[in-house]
Amino acid sequence: MEDTILRIENLCAFFGDHRVLSCVNLSVPRNKTTAVMGPSGCGKTTLIRCINRMHELVQGASTTGRILLHDDDIHRMNPIVVRRRIGMVFQKPNPFPTMSIYDNVIAGYKLNGVRLGKAESDRIVEESLVKAALWDEVKDIIHRKGTFLSGGQQQRLCIARSLAMAPEVLLLDEPTSALDPKATSRIEQLIFELKKDVTVLLVTHNMAQAARVSDYTAFVYLGELVEFGPTEKLFTVPEDRRTEEYLTGKFG
Amino acid sequence: MREERRIVVRVAWDRLFSAATALLSYLSLIPLFLILYYIGRRGISAVDWDFFTSLPAPVGETGGGVSNALVGSAVLIGVACVLAVPVGIAAGVFLSEYGKSRLAGAVRLAVDVLQGIPSIVIGIIAYLWIVRPMRGFSALSGGAALAMLMLPVVVRSTEETLRLIPSALREASLALGVPRHRTVLKVILPAGLSGILTAVILGVARISGETAPLLFTAFGSPFMEWNVLRPMNSLPLMIFNYATSPYPEWHALAWGASFVLAVFMLLMNLVAKVMARRWKIRF
Repeated sequence: MEDTILRIENLCAFFGDHRVLSCVNLSVPRNKTTAVMGPSGCGKTTLIRCINRMHELVQGASTTGRILLHDDDIHRMNPIVVRRRIGMVFQKPNPFPTMSIYDNVIAGYKLNGVRLGKAESDRIVEESLVKAALWDEVKDIIHRKGTFLSGGQQQRLCIARSLAMAPEVLLLDEPTSALDPKATSRIEQLIFELKKDVTVLLVTHNMAQAARVSDYTAFVYLGELVEFGPTEKLFTVPEDRRTEEYLTGKFG
Repeated sequence: MREERRIVVRVAWDRLFSAATALLSYLSLIPLFLILYYIGRRGISAVDWDFFTSLPAPVGETGGGVSNALVGSAVLIGVACVLAVPVGIAAGVFLSEYGKSRLAGAVRLAVDVLQGIPSIVIGIIAYLWIVRPMRGFSALSGGAALAMLMLPVVVRSTEETLRLIPSALREASLALGVPRHRTVLKVILPAGLSGILTAVILGVARISGETAPLLFTAFGSPFMEWNVLRPMNSLPLMIFNYATSPYPEWHALAWGASFVLAVFMLLMNLVAKVMARRWKIRF
């Protein structure tokens, strides 16, 4: 396999004594879109929340195993640094309600107390919004509150907010589950274009979505990584019987 | 046929029940309106320009005002806010953001108990802790007593407000690599600002009418006083002293002060309502 950016080795995740992920091994290829697919409650969201160390914020949550970003163990890095290099977009759009569109995009800098010149912050805002395919829609209302946008626009704003930090990996946790079909297709198109700049890891319970946008697909079932491979191969000639049954709708 | 009659009876009971709740709720409004009416009728005639700008007239003379009590009330409320608001907001943040520890449980219990302590007891405590060591009644000790009364309101309302903020907002900030303390200061607190300000205003409304804790702390004074280390008058203290005096002129001033105090409370509650609505943040 080509360039690997993230290597997950023997990752187990727990909530208290309850094991939600067992022994996941996965190498995420760089500048590709990898879909993590599986029925609800299978642990796919937990998997990506381990990657930017959001999992451990929940009381009683813990992990074992290693996750390497390039060759650095993320558990040896400061979680704040991890989260700056690995961005995340959530299920429901969550722009900061007190901030304008502009301030939302550079929130990562502002909230961290990084001072940017006007020219530079203008540049970052425009570039990020262009990348998130939102610039044309909001360039004239950029100082209005972000919460006035539609759900799909808000989600693209959240993507722009993550992109502004120039992350190496972008985690998308079912980014379209709260959106209508039109907004969904907008976001999917966007995901397709994003991989020029960033490695995308997309959680979805929607098989069709995984098939449409991803280069590689991982199938997670009952906390276990069942199968991982190029999307085309996994959808046409799955190796594992459970993958085949999920794809043909026997369960899930 | 029987079935139909049963339904008719049920509907009748239903109507009766809603009528009864409506009637009782109107009944609960009666005391408030009686109080407002009575205070208004007796008090409004005492309120004129002099009432706000002059000092009390000597016994036997009509007129005069309560300017010193107005200033005193403002100073006492100011002192109480300076003491209670920062501590209260900090404790509220602690309870909502880090509120699962044993310490948090203890703080929550302590705040609830503090809320239940009669205000006169708090006055006595302030007398023992502040007035006695400092050898004299002072506005500072009065403000401290009021702060103890205000503190639980601010703590619990701040906690409740911050708890209602969706955790998605915290996660959005943390996922950008923003440390916890900056997330609280720059994302959570601004989002809860209107709720916290409302809590402060309701706290002010709560303490502005307190008399008992001031009896042996701020004590009262017939003079215009700005120094927080000296005894000071306040509206409720003045009402208490003048209403129990034998002079009709003083009674009139006490009615006027009651009227002003009631209007002030009403305004505070209105401001709190309007602010909560106007500054409401859409998530």
